[in-house]
Amino acid sequence: MSAWLPEIFMALMGVAMFAYVILDGFDLGVGILLPGADEAQKDLMIASIGPFWDANETWLVLGVGILLIAFPVAHGVILGALYMPVTLMLIALILRGVAFDFRVKARAQHKHLWDRAFFAGSALAALSQGFMLGAYILGFEWSLANFTFAGFIGVCLLAGYSLLGATWLMLKTGGELQAKAVRWARVALWLTAFGIAGVSIATPLVSARIFDKWFALPNFLLLMPIPLASVALVLLADRSLRRLSGGISGAPKLPFACAVGLFTSAFAGLAYSLYPYLVVDRITIHQAAAASGSLWIILFGVAVTLPMILGYSAYTYSVFRGPAKPLDYG
Amino acid sequence: MDSIDSLILARIQFAANISFHILFPTITIALGWVLLYFKLRWRRSGDPKWQAAYRTWVKVFALAFALGVVSGITMSFQFGTNWPGFMESVGNIAGPLLGYEVLTAFFLEAAFLGIMLYGQNRVSDRVHTLATFLVAFGTTLSAFWILVLNSWMHTPVGFEMIAGQAHPTDWLAIVFNPSMPYRLTHMLLASGLTVAFLIAGLSAWRWLKGDRGEEVRVTLGTGVRLAALLIPLQILAGDLHGLNTLEHQPAKVAAMEGIWETEQGAALRLFAWPDEATRSNHFEIAVPKLASLILTHDADGVVRGLNDFEHHPPVAPLFFGFRLMVGIGMLMLALSWLATWQLRRGREPRPWLAHALVAMTFSGWVATLAGWYVTEIGRQPWLVYGTLATADAASSVPASMIGISLALYLMVYAVLLLAFISVLFHLMRKAMQGHDQPAVAPSLQAVTP
Repeated sequence: MSAWLPEIFMALMGVAMFAYVILDGFDLGVGILLPGADEAQKDLMIASIGPFWDANETWLVLGVGILLIAFPVAHGVILGALYMPVTLMLIALILRGVAFDFRVKARAQHKHLWDRAFFAGSALAALSQGFMLGAYILGFEWSLANFTFAGFIGVCLLAGYSLLGATWLMLKTGGELQAKAVRWARVALWLTAFGIAGVSIATPLVSARIFDKWFALPNFLLLMPIPLASVALVLLADRSLRRLSGGISGAPKLPFACAVGLFTSAFAGLAYSLYPYLVVDRITIHQAAAASGSLWIILFGVAVTLPMILGYSAYTYSVFRGPAKPLDYG
Repeated sequence: MDSIDSLILARIQFAANISFHILFPTITIALGWVLLYFKLRWRRSGDPKWQAAYRTWVKVFALAFALGVVSGITMSFQFGTNWPGFMESVGNIAGPLLGYEVLTAFFLEAAFLGIMLYGQNRVSDRVHTLATFLVAFGTTLSAFWILVLNSWMHTPVGFEMIAGQAHPTDWLAIVFNPSMPYRLTHMLLASGLTVAFLIAGLSAWRWLKGDRGEEVRVTLGTGVRLAALLIPLQILAGDLHGLNTLEHQPAKVAAMEGIWETEQGAALRLFAWPDEATRSNHFEIAVPKLASLILTHDADGVVRGLNDFEHHPPVAPLFFGFRLMVGIGMLMLALSWLATWQLRRGREPRPWLAHALVAMTFSGWVATLAGWYVTEIGRQPWLVYGTLATADAASSVPASMIGISLALYLMVYAVLLLAFISVLFHLMRKAMQGHDQPAVAPSLQAVTP
């Protein structure tokens, strides 16, 4: 059983990272879209993510935490190689997180400054996360071409988060803002699709091992559902958004579901490519794993607490379900 | 040379990050419980002044919480970017402790914070009270795990080293390591005092600006009385913590007291200028035998001097940091008891007292930081006492890169600290403007958009 611990922790880390990307993805996306809205819309946009962003970001701490405690060697290698983008991301997350609170509490004349910090923090966090993903799948080999590619993935992830953010706004708001969100989502959808295509083409080219995993028969046929599902989801989302740009009633759920589906299939493809490596073709999860005694202790904690975490997270979302209302303390 | 620069820069960066970070948990740990107190008083009495106090201070909590969260995320990355040797060597122990903090505390506080801040009109008052309790409980639980790990780094037990890696042998011993109960108590009380003086100071500021509302009277009273209650406990806890340190890290205590040669009936240096080059103190003002009396509870007890130790931490920062912390503690004692006396049975504070409380608004922060500097610098040259040297845990990131990241952090932190303090006063001003409007009954508030 202990032999499977690294796999179990890789799966847990995957779940945490995936939860982070979706959950913080939509609230970072809302931040990225902020400059396109007027004052009242900005307040409503922020209100739509207000009760959630903090818990959303905790999934990042859990994901990086699992990397740190289950795979300490890889944690050092990965974060050491990504030193500057990690620093930029952290500063961006700091700006975003505090701007959110400061903008409503500071003097009115400073509000627009905090709005700018909120946008800049959200955008920089998305860009640096995408950049890190790009550098990560290229195995941290730095060349001009690789740097450009990582930057391109950064822009695509920015678009991907915008897609999540815009489709979230379609769920949580109404009126003019909702119509704007449809327009934003249509642009973001295609950039996101480009990004996913870019990663899908690049990963097999970087590593012969990954190439063989995908293109040898019968794997190729068995894996076809992943790219096919992605294409289908993009087309479905596009059709739905076209329809909605003619007029919206209620809170359309389909676009958000398509965006989440798209991220899911991209994530599944990436996970398949990488396994069993934590650092592409250099460090496997077994080489990086911590002592099994400590992993058992943590696994016990996860088994007890994760259902509770999921339970009360779901409860929080249900308390704030339905259209967003202006935030009111008390 | 580059590796030495990298090490120093990495240490400065870690110190900057953790110093900035600790400011905010120091507020939220105790403020969560104070908010629960306001909430329960309101539920019981129905008096709107308690709800007004809750509404004012929950905003401070939200702001401090956000700053604590985002600066805390930085910490979880720093282990990997700057101190990979820490997790490679003691990760089997630090990992589960950090993991349990995230699993049991982080999610709990983050999830219920949303309900606590914005959910009053969406859940029943009972659930809202429960959410307030769970957030307070979560912040305290988080402090527990972090202080377990930090204490273990000071007094490591319950493990064996195999090929340079620590392997746990006794988890109970690790969690309840010898310095944990003292350090945890000391820190929780520090948080309570920081919040007490923050509330008292900002309330006194409102008082001086002419606010005579019911709300400011109860927050002033709460702050002052909480401080008066906690400070004697803190002095006792600090003394016990010092004795515990003397047992496990005698070199740290020698540095705190500026004692170079082992002495029988050691004097307490009230002031001195410790000089490591000459290994002696300049300008010493001392009370004979008092250090022995405090440390060994015997006027003729023996206190080991710095020259007795092969390794000892830098002396001056410990010596001055300790005096700063204790000095503030004494001021806190005098001021909080005087203020409690002046405020007895609903009396009003004299202007000089209000001014003194305003001056002490952030004294808890200063004392807490000074105390942490004493204990953390006092652990050097070790990262894990006697087990892992700080220099052996550092990464090979070039000094120039750390320099850039450090500069970025410092800039951001300076702006945020300034913004936090100015917004605190702004929030108080807004609370004052609110107080002259007629109080809205709780039942009406629910339907007011």
